[in-house]
Amino acid sequence: MTAGAAAPPVPPPAPPARATSWWRAERLLPHGLRAVTCIPLAVLAFILVALTWKALPAIRYNGFGFFTRTRWFPGAFYSPLVTTNGITHPPLASYGALPLIVGTLVSSVIALVLAVPVGVGTALVVVEKLPPRVSNVVGFCLEVLAGVPSVVFGLWGIFTLGPFLAHHVAPIWADHIPDVPVLRFFKGPTGNGEGLFTVGVVLAVMILPIIAATTRDLLRQVPRATVEGAVALGMTDAEAVGAVTLPWIRSGIIGAAVLGLGRALGETIAVAMVGGVLLGSNIHSFYGAMTTIAATIVSQLDAALGDVSGLAVATLAELGLVLLVITLLANVGARLLVRRVSGTALPVGRGV
Amino acid sequence: MTVLGSAPPGVTATPPPPLHHGRRRRARNRSLWVLSALALALVVIPVVWIILGVVARSVAHWQWRALVTYPAGNGGGLLNAIEGTLVLVLGVLVLAGGVGVAGGVYLAEYCGEGRGQFLRGASEVLSGVPSIVIGYVGFISLVVYLHWGNSLYAGMIALSILVVPYVTKMTEVALRNVPTSYREGGEALGMRTGYVLRKLVLRPALPGIATGLVLAVAISIGETAPLLYTAGYSSRGPTFSLHTSPVGYLTYVVWTDYNQPFASSHDLANMAATLLITLVVLLILGTRIIVATTQRFSPDRPQRVGRAPK
Repeated sequence: MTAGAAAPPVPPPAPPARATSWWRAERLLPHGLRAVTCIPLAVLAFILVALTWKALPAIRYNGFGFFTRTRWFPGAFYSPLVTTNGITHPPLASYGALPLIVGTLVSSVIALVLAVPVGVGTALVVVEKLPPRVSNVVGFCLEVLAGVPSVVFGLWGIFTLGPFLAHHVAPIWADHIPDVPVLRFFKGPTGNGEGLFTVGVVLAVMILPIIAATTRDLLRQVPRATVEGAVALGMTDAEAVGAVTLPWIRSGIIGAAVLGLGRALGETIAVAMVGGVLLGSNIHSFYGAMTTIAATIVSQLDAALGDVSGLAVATLAELGLVLLVITLLANVGARLLVRRVSGTALPVGRGV
Repeated sequence: MTVLGSAPPGVTATPPPPLHHGRRRRARNRSLWVLSALALALVVIPVVWIILGVVARSVAHWQWRALVTYPAGNGGGLLNAIEGTLVLVLGVLVLAGGVGVAGGVYLAEYCGEGRGQFLRGASEVLSGVPSIVIGYVGFISLVVYLHWGNSLYAGMIALSILVVPYVTKMTEVALRNVPTSYREGGEALGMRTGYVLRKLVLRPALPGIATGLVLAVAISIGETAPLLYTAGYSSRGPTFSLHTSPVGYLTYVVWTDYNQPFASSHDLANMAATLLITLVVLLILGTRIIVATTQRFSPDRPQRVGRAPK
């Protein structure tokens, strides 16, 4: 059909009435499109405003101690409501988000530490060593991994990966670690597989495709001649990678990592399934139960509806606001770094 | 030096430094590639492990009947979830497809540089909003404030907000990949801008747009967090009424049934997970087929380089 594209017939002059209506439609088209394009912007503004508005009572009641307290107690729901600072709430209600914030950050950082070397290594091998056909298969694997729903990751984590890690992987080092201040965290019984370690690994697998695919696209843009120049100077492949290739795309890799971090921070369902049960207490061990902001919102919203004063729901809105701010900082930072080299292979960020 | 230490006693070999140096460099080179191959294995193994693990868990108790019956008690079937997922995805295709494609067309064809950057940035920021936050805002605004109750339409809207940025981006990229000469040619022949867009520019961009829509479908099939409190759950098929019309969906079955104390619930959860994985793999294959077919028939595909004559 190239012929049609090359020489389309000039539209014959239409009768005046029809032409006017066409002209009008065409003049209006950009305005209509612009209005539609502004919808995501409006939605974004609405999300911010709605969350803040809903969170206001909680922000006033919880105060700054929200970020330093550990206790999570919605109060005595069946006692008469009391009023503090103009906020009606169940007696004894006290919310502290410190363990949630710590859990969110720590699990995501574990995921990042595991996923970045693996992702970059994969991308290196795919671009530098594998024939196109095989690297195509690896690309397919990455897309499938990106597309696997988080519930399925959760199912895999809780029934297969978690017990495997707890019984076969963690014991390799857990018994041999010396009892010194920092390393003590990694010592002790390895549990049943529901906890921080498993969450970290599951999150790492979930963000692997983002990091690997972005790094792969970046590596393909490194100019061949520069790398060949390094090899011509007598460097080995590895030295050329270390001296030329990786520095060339460093900011892009950091961007991809932060993009992955953004996804790990906001991941809800897989963490809620694999993290075990913990609320109102700090993480005790590398293998113990933990929770994140997102997992707490999804697991506590049902119970929060039982608070007739609405403070529990408002507190979850405040949590959502905290999560939103953390995630947006990560995402905006990452996109500023990746923008220059943004590939089109995978619309990275959330799944697929 | 450590290498020398391990030499057998009596042999005082003093290899010339360059050779010694070279051996270490070679070892380091090899170790990088071995580690990278290991990393590759760590990517491929989970994919196979997840798929085989979930599929193996479900085939032992696979019942075709479950695909066409509604749930009853702790067992029954998945028909409600399959219907619900289908309806939700159709809604997302209409809502997010319409808004996303229109946005992509505007950003690629009509928009100035500054405003484009701003709108694109907003869209990217929206794609970074965690899905549970979208679900929560959908819950407090649509379900509670507007009194919709758990509703099919609230679920559709929440999912659409989630995927709109991807559709917009894929549409814009697809349109930008159409050569400017097409537009210039059309203008030179006296066509109106809208006519050029419809007849000349949109057609080569269609595969890219379709890929974006398929990705949107894949994402919305797999999401749970934005739906739990907006679409709710129902053990019946969708009723389509505006108020209080909860629907079931496949991810909900996995999310609630995996830790019920009944074997029949576990079977349903595993079946739903297998269906989800199958759908996602099929959709990804679909995007690959779209891309491969259009590349094969595209007029400016790179010519295959022939083998050099002997």
